[in-house]
Amino acid sequence: MLAKSPSAALRRLFDAVGPVDAVGIEERVAKYGTRSIKKHAKLWGLKTAVSMVDLTTLEGKDTPGKVASLCRKALQPHDAGLDVPRVAAVCVYPAMVRHARRALGTGTGVKIASVATAFPSGQAPLKTRLAEVRAAVADGADEIDMVINRGAFLAGEFATVQDEIAAVVEACGPAALKVILEVSELETYDNIRAASFLAMQVIRPGDFIKTSTGKTSLNATLGNNQVMIDAIRDHYLATGVAVGMKPAGGIRTAKQALTFLVAVKETLGDAWLTNMRYRFGASSLLNDLLRQLAKEKSGAYQAPYYFSEAAESY
Amino acid sequence: MPTLAKKTPARPVSRPGRPAPELIFGDLWPFDPAPETADPKLQPRYDLFIGGRFVAPQSGKYFDSINPANEKKLAEIALAGPADVDAAYAAAAKAAGPWAKLPGRERAKYLFRLARLLQDRAREFAVAETLDGGKPIKESRDFDVPMAAAHFFYHAGWADKLEYLAPGRRVAPLGVVGQVIPWNFPLLMLAWKLAPALAAGNTVVLKPAETTSITCLKFAEIIREAGLPPGVVNFVTGAGEVGAAVVNHPVPAKIAFTGSTDVGKLIMRALAGTDKKLTLELGGKAANIVFDDAPLDQAVEGIVNGIFFNQGHVCCAGSRLLVHEPVADAVLAKLKRRLAVLKVGDPLDKNTDIGAINSAAQLQRIRDLVAAGESEGAELYQPACRLPDKGYYFRPTLFSGVTMSHRIAREEIFGPVLSILTFRTVEEAVEKANNTAYGLSAGVWTDKGSRILKLSTELKAGVVWANTYNKFDPTSPFGGYKESGFGREGGRQGLLDYAQLT
Repeated sequence: MLAKSPSAALRRLFDAVGPVDAVGIEERVAKYGTRSIKKHAKLWGLKTAVSMVDLTTLEGKDTPGKVASLCRKALQPHDAGLDVPRVAAVCVYPAMVRHARRALGTGTGVKIASVATAFPSGQAPLKTRLAEVRAAVADGADEIDMVINRGAFLAGEFATVQDEIAAVVEACGPAALKVILEVSELETYDNIRAASFLAMQVIRPGDFIKTSTGKTSLNATLGNNQVMIDAIRDHYLATGVAVGMKPAGGIRTAKQALTFLVAVKETLGDAWLTNMRYRFGASSLLNDLLRQLAKEKSGAYQAPYYFSEAAESY
Repeated sequence: MPTLAKKTPARPVSRPGRPAPELIFGDLWPFDPAPETADPKLQPRYDLFIGGRFVAPQSGKYFDSINPANEKKLAEIALAGPADVDAAYAAAAKAAGPWAKLPGRERAKYLFRLARLLQDRAREFAVAETLDGGKPIKESRDFDVPMAAAHFFYHAGWADKLEYLAPGRRVAPLGVVGQVIPWNFPLLMLAWKLAPALAAGNTVVLKPAETTSITCLKFAEIIREAGLPPGVVNFVTGAGEVGAAVVNHPVPAKIAFTGSTDVGKLIMRALAGTDKKLTLELGGKAANIVFDDAPLDQAVEGIVNGIFFNQGHVCCAGSRLLVHEPVADAVLAKLKRRLAVLKVGDPLDKNTDIGAINSAAQLQRIRDLVAAGESEGAELYQPACRLPDKGYYFRPTLFSGVTMSHRIAREEIFGPVLSILTFRTVEEAVEKANNTAYGLSAGVWTDKGSRILKLSTELKAGVVWANTYNKFDPTSPFGGYKESGFGREGGRQGLLDYAQLT
C-alpha cells in the first residue's frame, strides 16, 4: 500500500520540511564571501573562530603521545603574548579518550569530544555502536560525535534513522551529542534538510548537528552549512529548542572560517556566535587563524613554521 | 521511542509565561567600515562629446551633478542646447556612411576594444557609478560594470556575423539612431544601447539622464582611447528638453528610449506620422509569485533581490509580491528576519546592501507613494536601521495587506518598497499578476516544473523568471508587453531592432 511504502514516507517527510533550491542556496552563500571584515571585526571574528575549533586528530596512527601534544595545543594554541583563547574541544577516537583526559585534566574549559558509533561508516550493529558511546562517556568524553545510518536514510527507513539517534541520545547520558549527517553521502540539499530535521526532532537543546566525518570526498561547504543552519533556525522558531551546528572537514583557512561565521551571524543571529552553539571541526584551521591573528598584531605574516605542529615552509 | 508522526508544528509552540522564540540580530559582531578606495578619476567639469571631441556647449551653460549619498557636488555637466544637438546629429550623419561600409570584422575590433578598456578600468568606473548614482559599490562592481563589458563583448561577436541574423535576408544598418537612457543603470543602459547599434553599423547620438551623466562622459574617454572614428558616438547631456530635441530631430532613423511610461507616451505621440522606428523600454509593476510548495528561504532571497536590488530603481523590480495564502505568514516572517541583516548606508562601503536613492525628487516620490499606502490602509513594516544624516536614503519597506485597488499595487514606485498581496489558486495568481498596465517581467517560485511552464505562457510579461529573479544576460532578449513598451534589447531579437532587412 502506498501510504506504508518507504517512498511515501520520504515524500511525507520532505513535504513537511519543504524543498531547497540548489541554485538559490549557492547564490545566497556567495554573498557571504563579499562581506568585508576589517580591523576590530576581523580580530573578534578570528578569536571567536579559535574558541570554536574542535581540534581534531582522527587517524589510525594516533598514539597517546600524539593526543597529549594535541591537548597541549588546545590549552595554549600559541605564545601567551598573542592573547588567544583556548579551543572548544579536542576530538579523538574512543580509544584515545582516556589519554586525552589524562593530558587535559579537568576544569580547563576544553572539552573532550569523541567520535563514536563505528565512525565513519556507522556500519556496525546498533548494540556495538551504543556500547562504544557508553565506553567513550565512561572514559571521560564530554561530547559524542555520532554518524547517522545513511544506508537506512537512503532506503527511506526514516524511523530507523531517528530511533537510532534517540538511542544514542540515551546512551550519551550527560554528554552532549553531535549528529553527523555525512552530507556528501546524502548528496542533495533536500536530503540534508530532511535529515537535519530527523535529527533535531530527537536531540536535546545544546546538542549539535554536524556536516561530515571528514573521511569522504566532500565535506563542509557554505552551501550545506546554510541548509543546516536554515533548518536549525526553523526548528528553533517552531519549538524553542536551540540546536548547535558544526561544519567539519575542508575548512582550512581563516578567511573561510570568517565567511562561515558571517553566515551564522546573518542567519541565526548573535545567540549562535558562541562555541556553545557553533563549532569548527578542523585540524589545520587553527594555525591559519593564529597566523592571521599574529599578522593583525605585528603587521607582517610569519612563516608557517613559527606555529607549533606545522611543518610547511615556503 | 519517538516516531515520524512527531512533526514540527507550523507555528511557534506557546509556552506559558515565555515569549515565542526569536532570533537576535544585534551588535555582537558589527562590521567595521570597509570603504572602496579606488580613485574614480573625476574631472571638475565635463563637456559634450561630439565628433570625437569634447566641446563646450554653445550656450556656455553647465549644471551640477550631485552625489546622492551626501548631497555634495561631484562635477559640472554641460547643458546642451538645440544647436549642440544639431551638431551631434551632423557629426553622426557624416560618420554614418563610412562606419556602415566598414567590414563587420573591423567594427568588431572596435567593440572588443571598448569592452576590454572598460574591463581595464572596471574599479574606477564602479566607484564613479556609485558616486554618481548612489548604488552600492557591491552592485556596480559585481553587476553594472562587468555586465556592461559583457554586452560589448557579445555584440562584438555579432558584428561580423550579421548575415546569420536573419537567414535568407540582407541586413543593413538603419543609419543614425537617437537614444535616451535612464538614471537607474547609467553605464549598463549605455552599453545596452550602444553595443547593438554599433555592431549593426549605425552611428549614435545618446543622451544620458541628467542626474547620472558622469560614467557616460567617462566612457567617452574610452571611446577616444579605442580610436573609434569621430562622430560614430556622440553624447549630449541635459534634462528633458535635451531629450526632446534628440527625439524630435529630423535626422535619426530610429529612436530608442528607456525610462518612464509617461515620457514613453510623449515620445510615441511625437513620433506618430514620422517614418522613424521606435523601441521603448518603460516602467513595470512586476508580480513575483510564490506558491506554497516553493523553496521558501530561497524565494525570500529572490524577493529581496527582486525589490531591493539597486534600491528598487529597477524597471523589472518584483514590486508586487503575490504569495499563496497557506504560506503568507511564513513568508512575511522570513522577509522581516532577512531585512534585519540588510545594511543600508554609504554606497561606497563594500558591505552596504542598499545605498542612496538617486535624487531628491525620486525620494519625494517614494515618500508620497508610501504615505498613500499607509493612508489607504496597508500595513507598513520597516526595519529599525539607522540612516546616514546627509543624503537621500529610504528604509527597505514592506506593505502587507495590500489589495489590487491600492495605489501601491498599481503605480510604479521605483524604490525599495514591496507590496504584498495574497492569492488562493493558480488562476487567481495569473489574474492578479496580469491585472496591470505593465508587463515587463514576472517571477514564479514553485517546486513544480509543469506549473512554471504553464505560468510562463499565461503571464503577460516579457521576462518570466522561475525560482530566481533579476537575472540578465546579453544573449537574452529583454523587453515588455503593454505599457512596458515594445522592442527587445539583447540577443538576436535586440540586434534586429537596430537593422533593416532587405
